[in-house]
Amino acid sequence: MYTALWRVLPGPTPVKVLLAVLLALAAVAALFLWAFPALEPLLPFDKIVLEAPPADGTSATG
Amino acid sequence: MGRPAQLVRGTVRGAAELLLTCGAVVLLFALYLVVWSDVQTAAAQGDLRDDFARLTEQAAPATKAAAAKAAAAPAPSTGTGIAQLRIPRLGEDWSWVVVEGVSTDQLKQGPGHFPDTAMPGQLGNAAIAGHRATHGEPFAHLDKLQAGDPIYVTTPTATYTYEVTRQALVAPSEVGVLLPVPNKPEAKPRKARLTLVTCHPRWGSSERLIVHANLVAQTTGMES
Repeated sequence: MYTALWRVLPGPTPVKVLLAVLLALAAVAALFLWAFPALEPLLPFDKIVLEAPPADGTSATG
Repeated sequence: MGRPAQLVRGTVRGAAELLLTCGAVVLLFALYLVVWSDVQTAAAQGDLRDDFARLTEQAAPATKAAAAKAAAAPAPSTGTGIAQLRIPRLGEDWSWVVVEGVSTDQLKQGPGHFPDTAMPGQLGNAAIAGHRATHGEPFAHLDKLQAGDPIYVTTPTATYTYEVTRQALVAPSEVGVLLPVPNKPEAKPRKARLTLVTCHPRWGSSERLIVHANLVAQTTGMES
């Protein structure tokens, strides 16, 4: 997978290294900005408010 | 080397790279939760602190009349800082700006005030929820509070001193603890209370940790 990527990158080795680093940074940024905030609600850490059970019908304060 | 050997090699290599990548992503996610979320919350609190200082300055010629006016003011908009919360038991420097609202976005900025509950200082029950883990974890050690511990809530016009009465662990569905008189739907409030809410256990969510406190003193104007 990464071998193929390395082959696709253009230019001499220093340019390839630079491009690879930029790509890696872009991937990490995408994870931190979009992927992780979207995944977070699946974990229990932000379930901290009290909510009436749905059947109750009273306003859920969550 | 024969073709089949090469194919096996390529497949194993690809699988190994994929697994290493997954491992790196999981590590990054952990980093996001325990470091990055704290950084973002600290930045949000910095902004809220500045805004709150400005609000307090505007209300500086604080008189009883100004306090009364503030109390009668319409509900603050979601996401704005409404009060500064200080709990000496959690540390001399422990101080957070409480925001209005308790959805995910507001709780990322700091402890949030349940919109349907009384405002701090008012008759009834002012309820505040906060993260116990990640996002600055303001209520990480809320279980350390003991009966009699002071909790200071400073609004732009007044400082309210509450005293912890008791702690409880309840089910996540027990909204009764947020009522003006906790767990008594019919009762009319005669006291001003404060209820702090967070998750329990610290890194889980099977229960909620509740801390009740009663208003014991109030000073109008600025108190440092």
